[in-house]
Amino acid sequence: MEIENKALETFDFGVRYPNGVVGCEAVSMSFAANEVTAIIGPSGCGKSSFLKGLNRLTDEFNCRYKGSIILKDGKDIMNLDPYELCILRGDRIGYVMQKPVPFSGKTIFQDVAMPLRAVGISDNGKLRAKVKAAMVKAALWEEVEDRLENLSTSLSGGQQQRLCIARAIINTPDILLLDEPCSSLDPKSTQLVENLILELAADHTVVIVTHNMQQAQRVAHRTAFFYEGRLVEYDFTNNIFSNPSNELTSDYIIGKFS
Amino acid sequence: MLDRRKTLEFIFKAVTNATALFVVAIITFIIGLVVIKGSAHMSWEFLTAGPTGDMEHGGIWPMIKGTAMLVMMMSMFTVPLGAVIAIYLNEVSRRNWFYNAVMSSVRTLAAVPSIVYGLFGLAFFVNIVGGTLDWLIGYEDHVFKVRCLLWAAFTMGALTLPTNVISVTEALKLVPEEQRHAGICLGYTRWEVIKWVVLPQAIGGMLTGLVLSISRGAGEVAPILFVGVAYFVPNFTGDPLDQFMELGYHIFVMATQSPNVDRAAPILYSTTLVLLTLTFTFNSIGQILRWIHRRRIDR
Repeated sequence: MEIENKALETFDFGVRYPNGVVGCEAVSMSFAANEVTAIIGPSGCGKSSFLKGLNRLTDEFNCRYKGSIILKDGKDIMNLDPYELCILRGDRIGYVMQKPVPFSGKTIFQDVAMPLRAVGISDNGKLRAKVKAAMVKAALWEEVEDRLENLSTSLSGGQQQRLCIARAIINTPDILLLDEPCSSLDPKSTQLVENLILELAADHTVVIVTHNMQQAQRVAHRTAFFYEGRLVEYDFTNNIFSNPSNELTSDYIIGKFS
Repeated sequence: MLDRRKTLEFIFKAVTNATALFVVAIITFIIGLVVIKGSAHMSWEFLTAGPTGDMEHGGIWPMIKGTAMLVMMMSMFTVPLGAVIAIYLNEVSRRNWFYNAVMSSVRTLAAVPSIVYGLFGLAFFVNIVGGTLDWLIGYEDHVFKVRCLLWAAFTMGALTLPTNVISVTEALKLVPEEQRHAGICLGYTRWEVIKWVVLPQAIGGMLTGLVLSISRGAGEVAPILFVGVAYFVPNFTGDPLDQFMELGYHIFVMATQSPNVDRAAPILYSTTLVLLTLTFTFNSIGQILRWIHRRRIDR
């Protein structure tokens, strides 16, 4: 589909694990800036591998790649050396994992401030201002402002996930990748995180992998359907859910397989 | 049917409880015996004086000093090296044939009998390393190619190194993989992930493992038999190139070579009590470190 203001674009992008399993292959798609794009599909369809491939977290699994991922400024993520990759992950692409991952032994304040260490910010005033701004944006500040010195692991699941989002956006990245961020949350926390995702789209390009089709409908401007590692269909969310052009997409949406 | 299940349950509980009690009884008996018999001869003079010629009188200060220096020098060699090797294996190395070969070697080395390390220390550290140093520096007399505290510490370090590597690796493995991935997603380099994410969480377990392996080293005798420990050096100055006396070896000597068993027995028990106290202290430090770390993580 044609997108004018692209934040990120993949060309024939593929991820292959060392054991030969194909995560995804030949995926060419663009992500519109300041929009939420959902990636849906059945289990094992490659949506998480694709998302992990976008910031090359898949390097950690010794994956091999094909194709390219082009940023707004024309840089190809696949050509970055390890140090450039660190800068990219720290500054330009935030990532939130499926399960909340607070750092053990860190206070709430220290945890949210962790990314600032990598960019060399140590001034206490700057740290406090940035941490507060990120937590306000992640709708967490009001709930924890009086207990910033408590351990981050003491927060509830929903709060921990919003803490992870605050941590991911503290350096104001252009792109925010969310890997099923609500899969381990209760309905109330899910609603909070979904509202947050919609608000974040004003400043960030959000890509969310979700297993929950209702969630994709609620939060995403555009939706991509993956099946067996390939991109099957990509369109505005309304079109995907009301008038899918591919039979596989239609079958998935009506629940013939999951 | 129900009666049979009840009986089996009773037998199971009885056997496991009896086994546990048996272990506790053995430890209580050994410690009780050593404490009761050892404390009878214990005195300030015994701890601070040197032995007399027949070693059936006097104190054990040179042995305490030798053991303490041996453990300290061994730790200086084995603790940093063990930590670095374990961090490399767990955090840096890829899980390939090289990793498997190194891990398999480390596990095998940990199971090698300690006397073999003694022979290795004599052949490698004393003869090869010491001999090479003498040759390089141009000493005509043997200065480094001698049995001494330095090579004993290296030999003991080689003995505890595999245990160190395994214990530190196990502590590192306890840090969930997601924590590392979360660090990477924040833009950390590999070293920053280790420094800011992995080590703060693993440090308690690492220290515990290190202290426990050091305490094992403190209680070993066989590896230093051929390398530097001596039967009688009452005026040990602390020079790393001198032979030294050691608590474990002193116990061995008193138990096997004393002509008068009745006179040697009190010294033997007291020395054993000192050695036990030393190794228990190391073990307690390990437990306390683990407790402090867990409190910090779980508070």
